[in-house]
Amino acid sequence: MSQVLDTPPHPAPPAAEPSPAELSPAELAARHGLTVSGARPSLPAYAGQLWRRRHFITAFATAKLTAQYSQAKLGQVWQVMTPLLNAAVYYFIFGVLMDTRRDVEDYVPFLVTGVFVFTFTQASVMAGTRAISGSLGLVRALHFPRASLPISHCLQQLQQLLFSMAALVVILLCFGVPPTVYWLLAVPALALQFTFNTGLALVMARLGSRTPDIAQLMPFVLRTWMYASGVMWSIDAVLADRNLPHALKVLLECNPAAVYIDLMRFALIDSYSHDRLPHLAWAWAAGWALLAGAGGFIYFWKAEETYGRG
Amino acid sequence: MAETADQGPAPTVIVDEVDIVYRVHGAGATAGRGAATAALGRILRRGQERGVRTVHAVRNVSFTARKGEAIGLIGTNGSGKSTLLKAVAGLLPVERGRIFTDGQPSLLGVNAALMNDLTGERNVHLGGLAMGMSREQIKQRYDDIVDFSGVNEKGDFITLPMRTYSSGMAARLRFSIGSAKDHDVLLIDEALATGDRSFQKRSEARIRELRERAGTVFLVSHNNKSIRDTCDRVLWLERGELRMDGPTGEVLKEYERFTGGGKG
Repeated sequence: MSQVLDTPPHPAPPAAEPSPAELSPAELAARHGLTVSGARPSLPAYAGQLWRRRHFITAFATAKLTAQYSQAKLGQVWQVMTPLLNAAVYYFIFGVLMDTRRDVEDYVPFLVTGVFVFTFTQASVMAGTRAISGSLGLVRALHFPRASLPISHCLQQLQQLLFSMAALVVILLCFGVPPTVYWLLAVPALALQFTFNTGLALVMARLGSRTPDIAQLMPFVLRTWMYASGVMWSIDAVLADRNLPHALKVLLECNPAAVYIDLMRFALIDSYSHDRLPHLAWAWAAGWALLAGAGGFIYFWKAEETYGRG
Repeated sequence: MAETADQGPAPTVIVDEVDIVYRVHGAGATAGRGAATAALGRILRRGQERGVRTVHAVRNVSFTARKGEAIGLIGTNGSGKSTLLKAVAGLLPVERGRIFTDGQPSLLGVNAALMNDLTGERNVHLGGLAMGMSREQIKQRYDDIVDFSGVNEKGDFITLPMRTYSSGMAARLRFSIGSAKDHDVLLIDEALATGDRSFQKRSEARIRELRERAGTVFLVSHNNKSIRDTCDRVLWLERGELRMDGPTGEVLKEYERFTGGGKG
């Protein structure tokens, strides 16, 4: 059956086979139950595939976390040092130099909680943006549901946050914030924020895989978002004496980052009482998580078969 | 559309008039000078795909692979062999045509999933999970994988980070992890050239084993000898086109005449 295929137009190969044995490739494939390679599975099948890969997702997240500081002399100590240094910088600029701490009770716990919670979202979004475009080698070498990558990156950020939270507990106790039963509310707040982050990371992963330039733009978007979310100051205190349109105030208070930060402060800081939470804060938190989580997952899945091109 | 006779063993891979095109960003006429403005222009002109160059890597290739076949892919550098293999694995989308496969063909190779900063031990687990093995399967085969790689022959290297390995040692561990899973359709890209002579012998034996368990094996290699030893059918790609398709001996003879080389 050997034939040189680039010879000049040769007479059509004689039809040696009788016609019943001649099938188009598609018919032959159908007869033997072959499927199109690399086709996108249905949404439920995709979720199933993802669930079967859960051990890979967690192992990949842990591996990346461990590999991150393995070359540093202090090793895993940086897991705690990095967020603490971050908070120290913000404390020096906003607390000491700009004297924001006068407006806010328990300023250090207030600031550190805000920084850690926002960093969680910020890092997840950044990692999500590069999740596909930065792992093209992996995407082009192995077959697995691509959503594993952004989810795994968010899980890595969650693990990182847990280190930060351990540091935060020490800071809270040092600054005389008493442990209360409300601390348990941190768990549902984190769960909702994680869902929100993952959804957002999935959206960014799809955008970033098509237009890698977004990774350059995101730091500016994220910094603007951070300053608007009341990480270093109390939105209430700043807006109280301004004559801003009501809609803008609602927008500032209900933006997801502000909601998750406020919920965490409410859970952890005793003096941060219920009346400082925006109206329906838990409902907003759950709504944002549901919207971003489900929307992001579907949006990412829609382009599943195209990741790895270009 | 090419007509195919339905005879012999069941087909496992059907490639039907396939074209594959790569898109390369930032390689257009504007790249290289005024990088910032070019980038801005790229965002503004999104949709028109300006500043994007296309590389037509595979052109109008059709063939049918059947159960039990071991098929070699040959061709000079950049002829589209690896690209075609990745498309069969469902990892690269095709521009035109269709590829039908029986089950999920897998590329032999987990290099991209492994991390140099982790110990060999953790990489075995990570690589296994990345290939879709379950934790139990990995536990069962862990000793085999480590023994086969021979990483521990010169001391307890499996508990050291992979960046401390010699390049040959790392390559052996990668091959060992990659070949630990059974596949319906196995795609191998130049895997046989790794390691020293004794490891090459062992890996050839492992490929034969895998081939017996797998339905179909594809092998991309520049080593004509390993193609001759392993394959009974050869596809010859040149500039993305399928130039010849036939029994190993015949195709290799033509190919050797084309490249001007003697016996490989």
